[in-house]
Amino acid sequence: MEFILSFVTQSLVQSDGDFWLPPRRSTYAVEIDWMFSFILYLSAFFFALIVGLMVWFCIRYRAREGGGPQPSPSHNLKLELVWTIIPLLLVIAIFYEGFRGFMRLSVPPQNAYNINVTGQKWKWLFSYPNGYVDEALHVPVDRPVRLTMTSEDVIHSLYIPAFRLKKDVVPGRYHTVWFNATAAGEYDLFCAEFCGKDHSNMITKAVVHPPGEFEKWLEDASNFLAKMPPHEAGEKLYKVRGCAQCHSIDGKANTGPTFKGLMGHEVALKGGTTIVVDENYIRESILEPNAKVVAGFQPVMPTFKGRIKDEEITAIIEYLKTLTE
Amino acid sequence: MATQTSTIPAGGLAGARDSAEKNYLNESKGILSWLTTLDHKRIGVMYLICILGAFFLGGMSAVLLRTEHLSGTPNLMEADAYNKLFTLHGAVMIFLFIIPGIPAALGNFVLPIMLGAKDVAFPRLNLCSWYLWVIGAVCALLSLLLGGFDTGWTFYTPYSTSSPFQGVIPIVTGAFILGFSSIFTGLNFIVTIHKLRAPGMGWFKMPLFLWGLYSTALIQVLATPVLGITLLLLIVERALGVGIFDPALGGDPVLFQHFFWFYSHPAVYIMIVPAMGVISELISVFSRKHIFSYQFIAYSSIAIAAFGFIVWGHHMFTSGQSELMNTIFSLLTFSVAIPSAIKVFNWTATMYKGSIVFKTPQLYALSFLFLFGIGGLTGLFLATLSTDIHLHDTYFVVAHFHYVMFGGTVIAFLGALHYWWPKMFGKMYNENWGRVACLLIFIGFNMTFFTQFAMGSQGMPRRYFNYTEGYTTYHVVSTIGSYIMAVGFFVIAGYLYYSLIRGRKAPDNPWGGASLEWQTSSPPPVENFKKDPIVGDPYDFSNLKYDPAIGGYVRVDAQGVAS
Repeated sequence: MEFILSFVTQSLVQSDGDFWLPPRRSTYAVEIDWMFSFILYLSAFFFALIVGLMVWFCIRYRAREGGGPQPSPSHNLKLELVWTIIPLLLVIAIFYEGFRGFMRLSVPPQNAYNINVTGQKWKWLFSYPNGYVDEALHVPVDRPVRLTMTSEDVIHSLYIPAFRLKKDVVPGRYHTVWFNATAAGEYDLFCAEFCGKDHSNMITKAVVHPPGEFEKWLEDASNFLAKMPPHEAGEKLYKVRGCAQCHSIDGKANTGPTFKGLMGHEVALKGGTTIVVDENYIRESILEPNAKVVAGFQPVMPTFKGRIKDEEITAIIEYLKTLTE
Repeated sequence: MATQTSTIPAGGLAGARDSAEKNYLNESKGILSWLTTLDHKRIGVMYLICILGAFFLGGMSAVLLRTEHLSGTPNLMEADAYNKLFTLHGAVMIFLFIIPGIPAALGNFVLPIMLGAKDVAFPRLNLCSWYLWVIGAVCALLSLLLGGFDTGWTFYTPYSTSSPFQGVIPIVTGAFILGFSSIFTGLNFIVTIHKLRAPGMGWFKMPLFLWGLYSTALIQVLATPVLGITLLLLIVERALGVGIFDPALGGDPVLFQHFFWFYSHPAVYIMIVPAMGVISELISVFSRKHIFSYQFIAYSSIAIAAFGFIVWGHHMFTSGQSELMNTIFSLLTFSVAIPSAIKVFNWTATMYKGSIVFKTPQLYALSFLFLFGIGGLTGLFLATLSTDIHLHDTYFVVAHFHYVMFGGTVIAFLGALHYWWPKMFGKMYNENWGRVACLLIFIGFNMTFFTQFAMGSQGMPRRYFNYTEGYTTYHVVSTIGSYIMAVGFFVIAGYLYYSLIRGRKAPDNPWGGASLEWQTSSPPPVENFKKDPIVGDPYDFSNLKYDPAIGGYVRVDAQGVAS
C-alpha cells in the first residue's frame, strides 16, 4: 500500500498537468492533486463496479422466451451493512485528508510577504508594501506570499488555477489567502464569482519572477514615472488611482464627466459659467475637486491634495491629451 | 357535469373500443372544465403541459448559450445578453421545471391512485398550487419584458441588489410565489399519504415512489419558507434600500448565502429524491423482480431529506466562512453520500436474477444508474475541502450539477413520463422511437457534460461569456453534444404527440406493474377506481401474466387463471 501511494505521489510530482488538471505551480498543489487523483481512482473503481454489474445483469438476466425471474432473497442485512459501512469508512478517510490539506492552505506562514488586493468591477488592483499599485499580481518564486483581499463593490473571487487557489473577495471584510509559487512564469488569474457584465474579462496574470528578479521588478515598476513615456504613465495612474471608477474614456457620463475629448474643450460649470479645460483646470480639479464642478454632476470627488505628486498630475494630463483627437 | 353519450371525443383521446366508457379526460369538456377542475389527474396534466413549456424555454436558452460558446469571442450576443440568458436558463429550469417536475406533474397524477384514494386530501389547495405556478411563471415573463435579470439563479447579494436590470424584483417575486405553490403541494401530499391510504396499505406497503414524494414534501414544507423570507428581504433591500445584505448599507452579503443555501441545498433533494423514487419503481417492474431491501431504500429517502438540511455550508467553502464551519460542513456533507450509495447498490441488486425487459422506461432507469453514478461520485471531489477550493465555481461544478439534475432528475422524469404515459392518456407510443430518443439523449448528454468536468478541473470558471484559449475544444465538443440532445427531445415530442392522436389503445397494465394505478383503466375514471383495488405487495409480480391478446398484463390466481 505504501509503495502504491509513494508511486502515485512520485508520478504526480514528475508529471505536470494532465487530462484532468492544469500544471501545478504552488507547494500545496501537489498535495491537492494527490487527493484529486485518489478520489478519481476510487470513484472510477466504484463506477466500474456498479456499471459492470449492471451490464452483466442486463446480459445475464435479460428476459427470454419462456423464462422468467429466478427466486432470490429480496433482503440481506449483512450485504446492506457491508455496503453501508465500507463507503462510510472511505468517505471519513477522504474527509480527513481533505481537511488536512485544507488546513495547510488556510494557514499562512508567519514570514509571508503581504500584498493587498482590491477587486472591483471589473479589474484587480494589487498594492505592494511600498505603496505601488499594479493591475497584475507579481510575486517572487519560492517565497510564501499572503494576499489580503477586499472588494470595492460586489463579491468577486480570486482564482489562480495553477496554484489551486481560490477565495471570495467580499466588500466590507478582508479575506486572506497564501501560496508559495514553485516556478517562474505567467499564470491566469480569474474572477470566479459572477460580478456583472465584464465578469469574464476580469482576468489578469499572476507573474512569478525568478529568484532575485522580483525586487528588481518592483523597483522598476514603482519608478514607472521616470521609465515610461508620460502619457503611458498617466494611463496607468488613471487605472490604478481610482479615476476610472467615475470617469469613462468612451464618452459615457458616469459619476463624473467622461475624459474623452475633454482636454481643450469648453465645458459648462455649475453656476452658469464656462471654462476651457486646460492643464491648470485639470490640476485644480485633482487637488480641489469641488472648486469648479461641471454642470450636471454632484460635488462628490475626494481631494487628492497630499496624495499625489506633481509628476503624476503631469502624466495624467498627458494621458488626457491622448483622449482628444 | 356534462353527460356524454356515444359521441367519440374530438382528437380520439379514448379508443374506439371504449368510446362509451367515461374517463377523467372525456368526462366533461371545454377549457373551463379544466381550469376549474379539482381532479388531481387533470391538475397533473395541466402541470405537465406547463412545465414542459418551461422546459422548452429553458432548453432553448441552453442551446443558445452553448452555441455562443463555439468560440471564446462574441458570436451570437453581447455579454449582457449572455448573462441574462444563463440566468434565465437556471431560474426557469430550477423554479419552473425541475422543482415541480416530478412531484407536481407526475406525482399529482399518480400519488392518489397509488394510495387507492379518490383524490388528494385538499383538491382546492391543489388547484391553487397550479394557479400559483402560473402566476409565478407570469412574473418571470414580466421580468423579461422589464429588462430581464442577470444575477444568476442564485441571486447573490450585493450584486442582485445593485444589478442595473429592472427584472430582478419581478423574478424574485415570481420565485417567492412559486415557493408557495411548492409548499402547498408538499402539504397536500403529506396529509394525503397520512390520511388517505387504502385499507390494508401500511406505510411499508406503499410503493417507494410515495416514500420519495413523502420525503420531498417534508423538505418542501420545512425549507421553502426560508427561501420566501430571504427573497422578501432581498426585495426590501433592493426596493427600499434597507441594509440587510449590502455592506454599503450596513448589511452582510455572506448572510444571504447562508439563507439562500439553507433552502437551496435541501431544494436539490426536492429535485432528486422523487427521481430516486421513480427509479425504484422502474428497475423493479422491468426486472420483474421484487425491489431489493425495500426498507433500506425507504429509510434512505428520509435520511437524505434529513441530512440535506445540515449541509448547506458546502456551497460556501470559499466564501470566507470560518475554517471550523468549513470543516463541519464538509464532514456532514459526506453523510449524504451514504444513503445515496445504499440506493444505488440496492437498485443494482434488484436486477440480480431478474428477467430484464428493455422497454423505454427501463432504458431511462439504466441511464439513470450510469449518469447518477457519475454525478454522485463527482460530488466527493466537491465535498472534500482541499479539492473543492480549486473546483468551486468552475465548470466542474456545472457538470456535477447537471449529471445529478439532468442525468438524475430529468432522465428519471423522462422514464416516469414514458412509464405512466399509457396510464395518463390511454395511448401507447412507438417503442422503437422511444429507444432511439433515449440513446440520443444519453450520448448527447455525456458529450455535453463529461467534457465540462475536464474543462472545469482545468480551471475554466463558470458564468464566463468570453473564455481564454485552451478551452475551445472542450466547448465545441460540449456544444455538439447539446445539439444531439436537442434532437433527442424533438424526437420525443414528435412520437408522443403522434401517440396522442394515432397511438394504439393502452391496456390497463402494459408493463406488469403491481402498484394500484395498474389496477384501474387507462386512462382512469374520474373517481380513479370503478371497484376497490386489491392492496398487496407493490413489488410482487408473481400473479401478473402477460396476455398477448390485449398487449398487457392481467392478474391471475394461483392456478394461472385470469381473475
